[in-house]
Amino acid sequence: MTTTSVNPNDGLQSPRSPFLSVSVTDPAKMGNGVQAYISYKVITKTNFPEYQGSEKIVIRRYSDFVWLYDRLFEKYKGNFIPPLPEKNTVEKFRFSAEFIEVRRQALDTFVNRVASHHQLQQSDDLRIFLEADEQTMERARSQDTGIFKKKQTDLMQIFRDVQSKVTDVVMGKEKPVEESNPEYEKLKRYIFELEDHVAEAQKHAYRLVKRHRELGQSLADFGKAIKLLGACEKDALGTAFTELGAKSEMLSIKLQRKAHHLLMNFEKPLKDYVRAVQSIKGTIAERANAFRQQCELAEQIKLKEIDLNKLRILRSERMLDAEHEYEELKAEGQEATKRFEAIALLMNEEIVRFQDQKTQDLGRAFHEFAKGQARLAHAIADAWRSLIPKLDSLSVS
Amino acid sequence: MMSYEKHGFEEPQSHEPINSLVLHDHQFAEIPTSDASPNSFIDPPSYAEAVFRSFDNTQTNQHDDDVSTSAPSASHTYLKISVNDPRKKHDLADSVGSGGKNYLTYLITTYTNLPEFNGTEFSVRRRFKEVVMLSDQLSEAYRGFFIPTRPDKGMVESQVMQKHEFVEQRRVALEKYFRKLAAHLVIRRSEDLRAFLQVQGDLPLMKTENVAAVADSRGKGGGDLVRRFKELRQSVTYGWGGTKPPLVVEEDKDFLERKTKLQDFEVQLSSVSLQAESLVKAQQDIGETMGQLGLVFVKLTKFETEEAVFISQKTRAKDTKNMATSSVKASRLYRELNSKTIKHLDKLHDYLGVMLDVNNAYSDRSNALLTLQTVVTEISILNSRIEKLEAAAFKVFGADRSRFQKIDELKETLRVAEDAKNQAVKEYKRIKDTNKTEFERLDEEKREDFFGMLKGFVVNQAGYAEKMASVWETFAKETSGYAQNSS
Repeated sequence: MTTTSVNPNDGLQSPRSPFLSVSVTDPAKMGNGVQAYISYKVITKTNFPEYQGSEKIVIRRYSDFVWLYDRLFEKYKGNFIPPLPEKNTVEKFRFSAEFIEVRRQALDTFVNRVASHHQLQQSDDLRIFLEADEQTMERARSQDTGIFKKKQTDLMQIFRDVQSKVTDVVMGKEKPVEESNPEYEKLKRYIFELEDHVAEAQKHAYRLVKRHRELGQSLADFGKAIKLLGACEKDALGTAFTELGAKSEMLSIKLQRKAHHLLMNFEKPLKDYVRAVQSIKGTIAERANAFRQQCELAEQIKLKEIDLNKLRILRSERMLDAEHEYEELKAEGQEATKRFEAIALLMNEEIVRFQDQKTQDLGRAFHEFAKGQARLAHAIADAWRSLIPKLDSLSVS
Repeated sequence: MMSYEKHGFEEPQSHEPINSLVLHDHQFAEIPTSDASPNSFIDPPSYAEAVFRSFDNTQTNQHDDDVSTSAPSASHTYLKISVNDPRKKHDLADSVGSGGKNYLTYLITTYTNLPEFNGTEFSVRRRFKEVVMLSDQLSEAYRGFFIPTRPDKGMVESQVMQKHEFVEQRRVALEKYFRKLAAHLVIRRSEDLRAFLQVQGDLPLMKTENVAAVADSRGKGGGDLVRRFKELRQSVTYGWGGTKPPLVVEEDKDFLERKTKLQDFEVQLSSVSLQAESLVKAQQDIGETMGQLGLVFVKLTKFETEEAVFISQKTRAKDTKNMATSSVKASRLYRELNSKTIKHLDKLHDYLGVMLDVNNAYSDRSNALLTLQTVVTEISILNSRIEKLEAAAFKVFGADRSRFQKIDELKETLRVAEDAKNQAVKEYKRIKDTNKTEFERLDEEKREDFFGMLKGFVVNQAGYAEKMASVWETFAKETSGYAQNSS
């Protein structure tokens, strides 16, 4: 299953213009026991000059994707890095077919989004991820001294840390080193509240999947029981019971299928939405960091200036050194300001893209939901309707 | 749109049995059409009720014919009983010192054109004790029949149920009970029932011995003689060191076959009833979750609309709103579907009750058989005793007066026993015949009731599925712009 770029805005279809198309397929269980894990095939097709060839296939595992995410997050501050599916810590679901498929799709979406992002796609780390042989990849992974590659690789925990830090900042628990930018304030509040709403929607979507399964199960049980009733009843009534039971069992299968469809096409996009919002919170934290650094340096520069003036008046021999330091600090300050402003700028671009993207994604999710529900409802109606003439004829026989 | 609308109107009118689907309409309150949602985003239900009105004649069946009768003769007579207006009454007769016992009475209203009632509309107030009494009377008078079982005596001592909930439950149960009685072509003619429904003031409290005094030519007369004989028998058997009652062995093959089949049916029915409950719960749950999902999207819509900075947000808000509306509509449809499903599948539960009634009739039968066999055994014992005595008496020269006296006594007892036996035979035969006709009646009604249930269930499911399909198709069309080219 080869998916071309997910983002229609960056349609890189024609062979003339540069394209980078990736797909994540063929999950396979590797290893045994506690060490066991799932590996995926990552297929790249590209005409980017930096890449080795036009087509490459590599084997990657989940922690490789995490590595890529961390690198991108570190290097591309200000950009909204596409979210990754969470690490599943519940042992018994780790190798269930459904879980593997859901994760594969999420990973595929992740890489595709990175590949279609006009800044992120330029990343060297992406290239390494897509091209490097397994040993190089492993080396890169173990060498990683990224800020976020601490003891935990659990992204959720990272987000939580970041979230609480940002919340503290937003709530004013820490020293007020906040931007006085009303638009940005609004955005921050929006993102935080949005997360709650979307998370709740996802929760209910998941519940709805479960309900479909439960309804399917009860239809199966009901069908079976009523068939048994039909078996001990004679003549027409017995036949009627049996036919109804059979229909009920048939519909149960349809419902189970629908539950799966719902999970893939509705719950998943909502889950994705939640992660995306959480990822943005990470970027917000980065911006706050950058702003803080800028402020701190500005403070230091001011202090240094005062100090320098003092030394000038005193005509101290330390004045030259102090001047030196002062200039250095000023340069650092300018760097910090540039960094911060770059982040702010990028964020503004990203937020527009994000809103557009989410409207598309959600619209599609709604459409799939509606289509699926309509299809199921029709199937149910047809199944029961087909029974009516039979019941009629049996009741008079 | 599918042709379900056509079906919705055509089918119910062309098939008689469908009207019998709705038995206890007022037990299930109509779904409130005013939307409980505080949000102005959601439109009130427009078409939801319309299609099924003719199918589910809730209001128009109030004064129709008896609901579950199949015999043609019933169509010209009616006996409609309703139970309402529970009220507390004070029983002064029970008062000891201050106050007295409080008890509840129910207003029992009857509409009928049966000749023996001499009236078409009347009401009485009765308390539960009197219902118990009536039930006992009917059990005696109609042995062999599948007599509807009365509601339970016990008061539920739980925190969960309030007194008024209990009272309402009992009122509903009583009404159901009387309707079942009224539906039984034979039992509805009972004099006991008539007195209960019509005679004003307290009915005389019945002592069990008075049962024999109640005039009923129907074959209860045997009870009197048989009992007298039982008393005699006790003295006879104890005199001889006790005799064990003979084992009851039913030999009627036809009966045994039917009984076995019905027992199988009962087992499976019980299992279906259980699964039906699960099904109803699952339907309820999915409807609820759908509704909750809708509400979440309502909130999200409001949020995005308020916070909208970009046009894409406004578009998204619109989509989300439509999603919310559709979900809430679907949730409502599930709720309606479910309340109707409950009505239909309740038939399963009703028949579990009928199985109890049938079991009572089996008891009547086996009791009658036991009585007969007991009498027969005692007769043969008596005969052999008489023989022995007679043989011994003639051996002795100079006849023993006391012995001859004894023989005469025994012969008298034997005569009584023979009479009792004749009565017992008649009674047993009567019960057998009653069982047979009842089985046939049950078969007929079962067939009709269950076909009605199945069809009602199926039409219901189909109809609501079609309604839901239409809701989602509309929304799918509204969002068709987002359709993915590749998937």
